[in-house]
Amino acid sequence: MVLTVFFPQCCNRAPSGLLVGRWLARGDSAVVLAVINYPFIPSTTRWLQVSREIGKTGFSCQLLPGEDGGAGQQLPQKEEKNEEKMEGGDTEEEDRVIFVHYDQRKVMLSQLHPVETPAQPGSEEPSQLRQVFWTVSHSGPLFLQDKYDEGPLKLSHWQSEGREASILVELMRLASTPLCLLLAWLLVGWSWVTSTRVLQLSPLHFLSSKLSSCVQFSHRTDHMRTISSTHTASRHMHFMRKANLLVSVLLDVSLGLLFISWFYREERLTRLMNRSLDQVLGRFFLYHIHLWISYLRLLSPFLEVILWYGGLSAALGLTFALSLLSDMLALLTFHIYCFYVYGARLYCMKLYGLCSLWRLFRGRKWNVLRQRLFIGTLLFTILLFLLPTTALYYLVFTLLRLVVVLLQGVLHLLVDLINSFPLMAVGLRIFTPYRLAVKYRVLSDEPGTALHLMMEMNALGLADVVQTYRTPTYSCYPPDSWTALLRKLFVGELVYPWRHKTTKTD
Amino acid sequence: MGNEKYTDINGKAIGLECQRHSSFCTEFTVSSPKVSIGKVVVYTCFVWLFAYAVFFFTDNTAVLSSAIIITLVGMMLYIHFVKIDHESLLVIGSLGIQVCSSYASGREHTSFIEMSRIKDVVINEAIHMHHIIYYLCILLRDPADPEAVSSVVPLFQSSKPKLNCLVKVYKSCQEIMSKC
Repeated sequence: MVLTVFFPQCCNRAPSGLLVGRWLARGDSAVVLAVINYPFIPSTTRWLQVSREIGKTGFSCQLLPGEDGGAGQQLPQKEEKNEEKMEGGDTEEEDRVIFVHYDQRKVMLSQLHPVETPAQPGSEEPSQLRQVFWTVSHSGPLFLQDKYDEGPLKLSHWQSEGREASILVELMRLASTPLCLLLAWLLVGWSWVTSTRVLQLSPLHFLSSKLSSCVQFSHRTDHMRTISSTHTASRHMHFMRKANLLVSVLLDVSLGLLFISWFYREERLTRLMNRSLDQVLGRFFLYHIHLWISYLRLLSPFLEVILWYGGLSAALGLTFALSLLSDMLALLTFHIYCFYVYGARLYCMKLYGLCSLWRLFRGRKWNVLRQRLFIGTLLFTILLFLLPTTALYYLVFTLLRLVVVLLQGVLHLLVDLINSFPLMAVGLRIFTPYRLAVKYRVLSDEPGTALHLMMEMNALGLADVVQTYRTPTYSCYPPDSWTALLRKLFVGELVYPWRHKTTKTD
Repeated sequence: MGNEKYTDINGKAIGLECQRHSSFCTEFTVSSPKVSIGKVVVYTCFVWLFAYAVFFFTDNTAVLSSAIIITLVGMMLYIHFVKIDHESLLVIGSLGIQVCSSYASGREHTSFIEMSRIKDVVINEAIHMHHIIYYLCILLRDPADPEAVSSVVPLFQSSKPKLNCLVKVYKSCQEIMSKC
């Protein structure tokens, strides 16, 4: 059996005394938390003697048999540390000990990387490393009061420089509870409004599920509900999710305000944009069909107003402005969609007809009325010669439609990115980079002492951070692969931009 | 240790260093050959000659400066993200296995696997392009079912050593793991 001792770095130079620590579950590893410098030695069950020879830097270690060894291993136990007293000791015993030095402060503040999963009743006990982290992080109360140094009892351990606090943080902490309550109350009111019967009727419901600004609104409501829930986050993952959501909402709103200040400062810009947009679109439509000019004429007085007030919605967040833009794009280019549908249907039917007539032409199709063969052949020829024209129309409209879809897709992706990017976690990763995987380094291997390892904190890669803490998105993935998309385009089936996932994965 | 010559699967010489810290703690380091200066010269010359040819026809000096920037940035990216200088495997009995790969720029990528998650260390056989190669890998235990293997972590991925090197590492790994 190899004995593993986790030893805090700060106790390396402590004078002789008792070690305070805990045996881990299986009894072959121990975590040392502090050293008590106290002359009195109480009698306990199991002893671990850690000693150092004069002039050496490495420790050696021995397990001394107690009166009733092995009982009560879960309790914190006291071990003896006996410096400058130990002679050589048998080498075989020393070979079986691993000293792992750790930095108490870092281990205390860190989270081991695969963030804890809820333990199932049937599963085995948590792993050794996890227990070490758990023990160290729960030893906080031992260190928070610095009274030990005054009495006869002296404790050497990592000393915190008192509690860190700032007035702002305390004020925010005090203010957060009533704010959360207010927010929750507002949300209850809002959800009552949305759940009324009128809004659940089919046309409105359908419309709101298709308009991306409405969808965004419901997502934001969900987010706010998560943030304002008055339960304290018990698990690390919940806490991180809340923090991420809060930071991303704040960022969103501040980006939106920035956008507003830019958009409305250059008043002339908006006018110019409207006028030119009007002209460009008008010319574009003149090029195609006159009907849509009147549609735009009808719309153009509203366009300016819509743009003006739509811009204001950015106060709720940039994502709202973006989804509103996406909606407006969809409404303005509705005619392209219509053309596309006409073209696609026509093309599809023509292709289908050609296929069936081609079989007739080759004589593969059983035809009861044989005399129709002539008409069929004639129709086939006509369809074949008409096909290029239709195909050209179809091609043009499909390309236009694809451009629109592409723009909308980019907007959707942007909104999704802002909604789900774990900003808080990434920020923590950059500024306090222990959050974490573990890395060992072999320190010294002096002959005659045990093996010494240094446990270092190894920050998690950025990609892993993003993957772990990503908020579940309500995102939309392109429904088909590229080849399927091409095939659909070629055959003339209708292509829809995004399929919304109905269930959000958690 | 050992004066044997080790090669990777393409026949290039690699170095295997075996450091025994204790009877249950051993570190293996496989170092790949360095980037040859000839290769660097050839690539640089190729890019610059190409840029000069373009410059000759277009008379645009931006081409030359962009060629310089491309070469420099390309080299930096190569040594920081692609070229792995050496890979090391630290086996500590009863604690776990640490896999570390250090890039030519000094960047290190380390991952530690606890002993409770490791099922076994094995040598595996795989078909790579047109020949069969061997590689060392760690089998991870499935937490739900102790008998099943949840995933496989291949070792020494960039410097693919030949079988004789792998067998040596494998034997000492098994020795340590059987002790604890």
